[in-house]
Amino acid sequence: MSTTTPGTTGEAHTGRLPEPTPVPERPNGLVRALTDGWIVAKRNLVKIKRVPEVLVFVLISPIMFVLLFAFVFGGAIDPEGAVGYREFLIGGIFAQTVVFGATFTGAGLAEDMQKGIIDRFRSLPMSHAAVLVGRTTSDVVYNLLSLIIMALTGLLVGWRIREGAFDALLGFALLLLFAYAISWVMAYVGLLVPSVEVINNASFIVIMPLTFVSNAFVPLSSFDGVLRQFVLWNPVSALTQASRELFGNVDPSTPVPDAWSMQHPALYTLGWVVLILAVFVPLSTRQFARASA
Amino acid sequence: MVDMIQAHGLVKRYKEVTALAGLDLAVPEGQVLALLGPNGAGKTTAVRVLTTLLKPDEGTAHVAGVDVRADPDGVRARIGLSGQYAAVDEHLTGFENLEMVGRLYGLGRSRSRARARELLERFDLVDAGDRPSKTYSGGMRRRLDLAGSLVAAPPVLILDEPTTGLDPRSRVGMWDVIRELVRDGATLLLTTQYLEEADRLADDIVVIDHGRAIARGTADELKSQTGGERVEVVLAHASDREAAVRLLGAVAVGEVGTAENGRDLTAAVDGGVRSLRHVLEGLEAEGLEVLDIGLRRPTLDDVFLSLTGHAAEKDTDENTDAAEEALR
Repeated sequence: MSTTTPGTTGEAHTGRLPEPTPVPERPNGLVRALTDGWIVAKRNLVKIKRVPEVLVFVLISPIMFVLLFAFVFGGAIDPEGAVGYREFLIGGIFAQTVVFGATFTGAGLAEDMQKGIIDRFRSLPMSHAAVLVGRTTSDVVYNLLSLIIMALTGLLVGWRIREGAFDALLGFALLLLFAYAISWVMAYVGLLVPSVEVINNASFIVIMPLTFVSNAFVPLSSFDGVLRQFVLWNPVSALTQASRELFGNVDPSTPVPDAWSMQHPALYTLGWVVLILAVFVPLSTRQFARASA
Repeated sequence: MVDMIQAHGLVKRYKEVTALAGLDLAVPEGQVLALLGPNGAGKTTAVRVLTTLLKPDEGTAHVAGVDVRADPDGVRARIGLSGQYAAVDEHLTGFENLEMVGRLYGLGRSRSRARARELLERFDLVDAGDRPSKTYSGGMRRRLDLAGSLVAAPPVLILDEPTTGLDPRSRVGMWDVIRELVRDGATLLLTTQYLEEADRLADDIVVIDHGRAIARGTADELKSQTGGERVEVVLAHASDREAAVRLLGAVAVGEVGTAENGRDLTAAVDGGVRSLRHVLEGLEAEGLEVLDIGLRRPTLDDVFLSLTGHAAEKDTDENTDAAEEALR
């Protein structure tokens, strides 16, 4: 078998292959995914310093949400019991904001695909999971910043942490963990449909009903029938309920809802986190390996 | 000499399109191969296969001695890819972009930084090194992207249309940079739509169309495939045409071509300068006035048109098939 067309430059090509040139040894698997992931995460985080729009999205919009709901709906919605609406509201705002924050992952990956940076990453001897690990990690950092800002704004308008500090930390951790899982769903979507506009619209269509048809903004008692069942088993409801409980924002006189998901909201939320990660981490990683712009 | 890039019978099919239809390539160490073809010829698909971004449906490929299918990570550690779109992060500075790539190649922090500084210097980006690359011109971005592919000093470089979309000045600048890389001993595969680019940079050219090689050789070899040189004459007076055609006919291989205006004549010749002198002397002796006369070698454009322009014809396809049969 020869490698050239007869009669052209056959003499230049020997068909022999070289010994592979030595290259630096790299750690394998998880270590590499984490170190490379952190390098990519740092790259994503630089954006917050250099792109003012990101800063607005991450920092200003949570403040706006808290103030908007606290002052616009504050008078109109009665969360049943002694806890005021503002106190009731914050758990829901937290849940909604971190879930929306997770859509950043999809949009960010879609943008990287469009700009060809993913091709650059995929041509490097780096961990394949690292781009996704990096992206989802930096989005956790964004969400953490949003949470801090929202909590501070919340405290200003009357929200209080009434359980211990440890419970409160668990509450924040649960919120971030759930958002992290959603990030992996959005990563898959972002790789599948590499268009920032489509991602933003699509996530809006899914996440708006998920967060509004829940107990995030209105009490459970205002839902009936099928809608009530949806609200009861909606993971965003569980997340909201769990954070209210952990921050101590649930009125003791409120009847305990008649669903397992609402009786064990933290556990139910964790179940969703595990399920989502188990499905979407492998799915996204596989999609990344064969994604093309 | 060994082949740093070697591909046999690469086939890649998409739903309706066959992007690669049995492509063979070989690039000996330290040489430059240009993959020349129009849009949609399969150039980028070939690059994506060689850089492990895409798995071929059939065929094998080795880059720097490593099988792209069996050890894609090993290939990635030994190649630098600079794509059609400058793949730099626009929010990072030039320095940060290069440092990040170094870290991802596994060079470690201090080596990555040193290498980034070195490359900024080499690519004339020192002044812009601390600015976000968003502020760069198209040419600067391409240079930064190319610098990114060199971070780990890989033995094999693959450049996908490195100058597409650049203004003429940036293009010439890019050519200088690429030539320098080759002087340093890199093996290079580049794709291009520009014949001039292939002519200037490449040792060898593979003309690709519909996913297969339709011709290969050096620029000179390809040019000679479309026949030899031509004598071109521009007459001062159309009335001299008959006499001039007679003169040219005496040295021409085949017919003498005449243009609509009756004053531009072309004749393929096989005697080179001798034929030209013969024509000149004849014109002089008969007192025919000429505005211009010259011996022109066929350009790569002529080659390209004569190869791809008839690619749809049975004849060409059969020739290519036969050539590929001979390879197997």
